[in-house]
Amino acid sequence: MQWETVIGLEIHAQLATNSKIFSAASTAYGAAPNTQACAVDLGLPGTLPVLNEQAVRHALMFGLAVGADIAPYSVFARKNYFYPDLPKGYQISQFDLPIVGLGKLDINVDGVTKTIGVTRAHLEEDAGKSLHEDYHGMTGVDLNRAGTPLLEIVSEPDMRSAAEAVAYVKMVHTLVQYLGICDGNMQEGSFRCDVNVSIRPMGQEAYGTRAEIKNLNSFRFIEKAIAHEVERQIDVIESGQSVVQETRLYDADKDETRSMRSKEEANDYRYFPDPDLLPVEISSALLEQMRDKLPELPAAKKQRFQQQYGLSDYDAEVLTAQRALADYYEDSVSRVANEEKLVANWVMGDLSAGLNREGLDITDCPVSAERLAGLVLRISDQTISGKIAKRVFELMWGSIDSADTIIDREGLKQISDSGELEKMIDQLMADNMSQVEQFREGKTKVMGFFVGQLMKQTQGKANPQELNKLLQAKLKK
Amino acid sequence: MSIRSEEVMKIAHLARLGIKDEQLSGYASELSNIMQLVEQMNQVDTTEIEPMAHPLDQSQRLRLDVVTENNQRESLQKNAPNVEDGLFLVPRVID
Repeated sequence: MQWETVIGLEIHAQLATNSKIFSAASTAYGAAPNTQACAVDLGLPGTLPVLNEQAVRHALMFGLAVGADIAPYSVFARKNYFYPDLPKGYQISQFDLPIVGLGKLDINVDGVTKTIGVTRAHLEEDAGKSLHEDYHGMTGVDLNRAGTPLLEIVSEPDMRSAAEAVAYVKMVHTLVQYLGICDGNMQEGSFRCDVNVSIRPMGQEAYGTRAEIKNLNSFRFIEKAIAHEVERQIDVIESGQSVVQETRLYDADKDETRSMRSKEEANDYRYFPDPDLLPVEISSALLEQMRDKLPELPAAKKQRFQQQYGLSDYDAEVLTAQRALADYYEDSVSRVANEEKLVANWVMGDLSAGLNREGLDITDCPVSAERLAGLVLRISDQTISGKIAKRVFELMWGSIDSADTIIDREGLKQISDSGELEKMIDQLMADNMSQVEQFREGKTKVMGFFVGQLMKQTQGKANPQELNKLLQAKLKK
Repeated sequence: MSIRSEEVMKIAHLARLGIKDEQLSGYASELSNIMQLVEQMNQVDTTEIEPMAHPLDQSQRLRLDVVTENNQRESLQKNAPNVEDGLFLVPRVID
């Protein structure tokens, strides 16, 4: 039978705030255990939550970016369950009146654009962390993360393949970083993803029973976990059994998902409005203020890059995937006339390779946009060849010198003076008459021999176009 | 609407409350009475009335995003029965 995969996603984006969503404790990552967990985060009697304004603004920013309905009136609710890293015995979340309502986001897979519905996005607090390493048979609890603001972004079940799901997650990932509302750091858990997967016979309208795969923290794992889960569900159904609605955990080492708990009995969260918090009202003035602050969004920027700089779909996509990278490109390209494609090649090529090699972010790039432009300018005006430029770039990477300084110091200036090149060619031909004969008998391949020799003599500094032109002319005589 | 003993057991379990078997029927009838009161309120026509999320007719005040809490781990952990390496220790939980 032909099966169709149906995927919906829940993304938890940790909002970039200094303090927690309901307390004034720090949200900084990596502090010693429980040094950033105050009385409110610990749920001690007599404490009350007070909502962080910045968390609300971040949520609004996201809502506006996906064209969602912003609720003028939204309500916090208690989601009740017991777990040691949840001190109050409930998580403050939003239920039937979330701050961000229905919106949408376009994704691109293999050149095809598809619109994915964003069901809702709501504010909630994160839980702490349980450490199951052995503490004399006990579990250690660190509550630093408890109360960290999260925006849970829920999609419609609109995706039909792992590739679409990954494209959507990447789009949201890019978007929240563009908006500056989340640092997107997946290793530190600032951006996590739960995937709902089900299958149904091709053509059937009703959804199959879904399994939820929890806590996927890399794009690759999302793709692999979905692929694996789809296969598992097909096996289950084709062997005559049925899929159970449950939460499953992806084990990256074994590349498999396994059951965590059966959802039917475990999830009875008994949501009700949190009496400790009043309803949140969003004034139209605040909303307009946020709308004015909205930056150029990834899709618009990509389109502009194609139009303004004549870049391909692919180049524009890569360069706008990160706002800082796009800014770097624009800074650099504005300093050299008519070399949009060449600058793009350098940013996506040697520069990105260098950053990857050293695990650096574009914001920590040792070669500034201005210095890169200085290098491209010298390729553009033929002072150096593209090949020599790679050498110059390496020297720039390890120093603060400009391309010009390095070219001068290392004597890398290209030899374009035809008089000088002609002299060298004449000498070389005189020394290698047999190769000259061969060429004239039609073995044009020996051209390579002459080019190679001359490049060797000039240490790669001969202007290749000029050299070829002169060589051709002289050999053909 | 009346609450049966099985439902009392389920609710008690969800709230992690220990209830003895002999208490079940008592709780069942008390909870049923509360539900009856709710049923009675349900008879009021509320079609023109906006649902209320909070009895106070006010909206949430917001706090500026500033860190003012400092580390008070030592005093906060004085209440904890068991701590180590700055962690609260609890009976082992495994998913």
